[in-house]
Amino acid sequence: MSLLEVEDLSVVFSRRGRRDVRAVDGVSFSVDAGQTLGVVGESGSGKSVTSLAIMGLLPRRGAAVGGEVTFGGRKLLGMRRDELRDLRGKELAMIFQDPLSALNPVVPIGRQVTEVLTRHRGMTGTDARREAARLLDLVGIPDPDRRLREYPHQLSGGMRQRALIAMAVACQPKLLIADEPTTALDVTIQAQILELLKELVRQEGTALVLITHDLGVVAGLCDRVNVMYSGRIVEAADRRTLFVDPRHPYTTGLLGSIPRLDSAEGAPLLPIPGSPTDTLPWSSACAFAPRCARSLEVCTTVTPDLEPDGRRALRCHNPVPAEEAAAVGAEGRRE
Amino acid sequence: MSSVVDPVGRDGSAGPAGRDDAADPADRGPAGSTAAGSTAAGSTAVGPTAAGVAAAGEPAAPLLSARGLEVHFPIRRGLILDRTIGHVRAVDGVDLDLPRGGTYGLVGESGCGKSTLGRALLRLVEPTAGTVTMDGVDVLALKGEALRMQRRRMQMVFQDPLSSLDPRQSVESILSEPLQTHRVVSGSAARATRVRELLDTVGLPASAAGRYPHEFSGGQRQRIGIARAVALEPALIIADEPVSALDVSIQAQIVNLLEELQERLGLTYLVIAHDLAVVRHISDVIGVMYLGVVVEQTASRRLYTEPLHPYTRALMSAVPIPDPDLEDSRQRILLSGDLPSPANPPSGCRFRTRCPWVQETRCADEVPPLREVRPDHVVACHWAEQIDAGEIRPRADAIV
Repeated sequence: MSLLEVEDLSVVFSRRGRRDVRAVDGVSFSVDAGQTLGVVGESGSGKSVTSLAIMGLLPRRGAAVGGEVTFGGRKLLGMRRDELRDLRGKELAMIFQDPLSALNPVVPIGRQVTEVLTRHRGMTGTDARREAARLLDLVGIPDPDRRLREYPHQLSGGMRQRALIAMAVACQPKLLIADEPTTALDVTIQAQILELLKELVRQEGTALVLITHDLGVVAGLCDRVNVMYSGRIVEAADRRTLFVDPRHPYTTGLLGSIPRLDSAEGAPLLPIPGSPTDTLPWSSACAFAPRCARSLEVCTTVTPDLEPDGRRALRCHNPVPAEEAAAVGAEGRRE
Repeated sequence: MSSVVDPVGRDGSAGPAGRDDAADPADRGPAGSTAAGSTAAGSTAVGPTAAGVAAAGEPAAPLLSARGLEVHFPIRRGLILDRTIGHVRAVDGVDLDLPRGGTYGLVGESGCGKSTLGRALLRLVEPTAGTVTMDGVDVLALKGEALRMQRRRMQMVFQDPLSSLDPRQSVESILSEPLQTHRVVSGSAARATRVRELLDTVGLPASAAGRYPHEFSGGQRQRIGIARAVALEPALIIADEPVSALDVSIQAQIVNLLEELQERLGLTYLVIAHDLAVVRHISDVIGVMYLGVVVEQTASRRLYTEPLHPYTRALMSAVPIPDPDLEDSRQRILLSGDLPSPANPPSGCRFRTRCPWVQETRCADEVPPLREVRPDHVVACHWAEQIDAGEIRPRADAIV
């Protein structure tokens, strides 16, 4: 049994007077301790909603969550609120994309970090303060004692994200969900933060779920990768399989449309046509069909299933053949 | 779904060619129009194309040159006695040549002054020192009508198309406004025709004219922003982070559109971006900025293979590559700390506070000039040759 098991998770948002939106639809995966799972997708693919559903952070009204989420043998969905609050911040932690909006602007950093320690580790006064300084130091914030007295706006973007990570790891959580943790940061700062997350997984055995749109980040950090499109997983594989031998037209499309720093001179970009909003309903078709170069008649009439196939699971009626996959995959695009 | 299906994007390229004929050559602006201006659609390059400039490498006169450009913003204190207590040196002495018909990529981290530099070239912020010449015209000396005429030749594409398009204006109105203001096309019927042409140029259907910005997807909105920029047939387009607000799969559509328009309309680009892979893909020449100054500049293909400035090395090594084997094997140079304040930049070399190769001598007390270390490859580092030869090693804890 894995640390986190997500089984057939679905999230439906209902808004008065409008059609329901099925943001997440039948998503299943599991993560073990010391493992990193990458979740890749564009805006609207349901990757963030998946993580909010696992954390129990979706509003109870308006969002119907279905399926089963088991964490360390306990069922998270439908858990009592106070029980869930004991888990969150202690065993389950999350880092958000925008550190400025995740921190309270009118409370000094120090109080925000010690709050976690007081709530979950029963530390108070100087003990908590000393531990908070140690945590900031651990995540590479220089002069932690001074920073503890400062407010979020006085810290740079990279430092704010570090402070959030410090709060997230304060109780040595078993599972850390990082939702686009470096998207708002510069590349040199991104490299620092990713290195920090890697250390955390290696040394503490934390299970990490990394949600991102950046395939480069995934390639360097994750053991397994789920590619999501319009609320469903369309391809799931270990990272090497996914990058070297991608088979879903959406995965190959993503890989073909991003410029690589090391790609051959003049290699053209092959964009995916249309936009992520051009979808068909999964209930009677493949949502990606309107943008898919390989789409067949059947793609607009029959829902493809997520079928396990050796090292991967694939949801496609007409997958990319091996030779084509190799050309667009990581090895084919090396200079 | 309320949103609109992207009608063209389908093959990633824009609509049919052959609308450039409508361009009135007299509209080319002052100072003798140049060949780079009106390349006939589809024909083989009249003006030099991007590829031509890069391959031939001949020193054609640059379209725009900046020398010693500075933008200093005053820091003011006090309510009654409004005193200036210092300056934020956003851009602090930059020399720049934009190759005619080519693309200059400007990269750097947030706060390095790259956007301010782009705006200063268009005089959207006034430079505090230096010169900008475009085709022999001293841009900074222009006033009134002459400046207005010049503006027609230099246009801008912004990062966030939703906030740079007026939500209450229809696309028709957004695109005809510049035509009206500059009296390029007179008569509403002629303007309507021109708007349809522009939409076609950027791969949007004519029906888009009657709709409003919020009805479009991010990629389509950026197409509208680009249509507005090319409406006056400019010679130069400055694109500030043109794709970074877009979804990954859409970015390539816009990059390809920009390249295609350059080919067709003979445009010169300055592309400002933080994504090195995008900049490398689209540019002929790349300049790397750090804290208000350019620290390295060379041909884009060379910047990745032989970066010479320590900052460029760190930047290149930090960009993730979607290739697991490569990611596992390659070394990363980690920079410590954050960008220092541009109000009080470090003495000597500005990068020395974070440089893993920093030396006891020279770095702190001599400002490194931009010097040509290799042909067409300028670097502002005292120790570039020694670092490249491996004689100076980086601090061990900076390599992971």
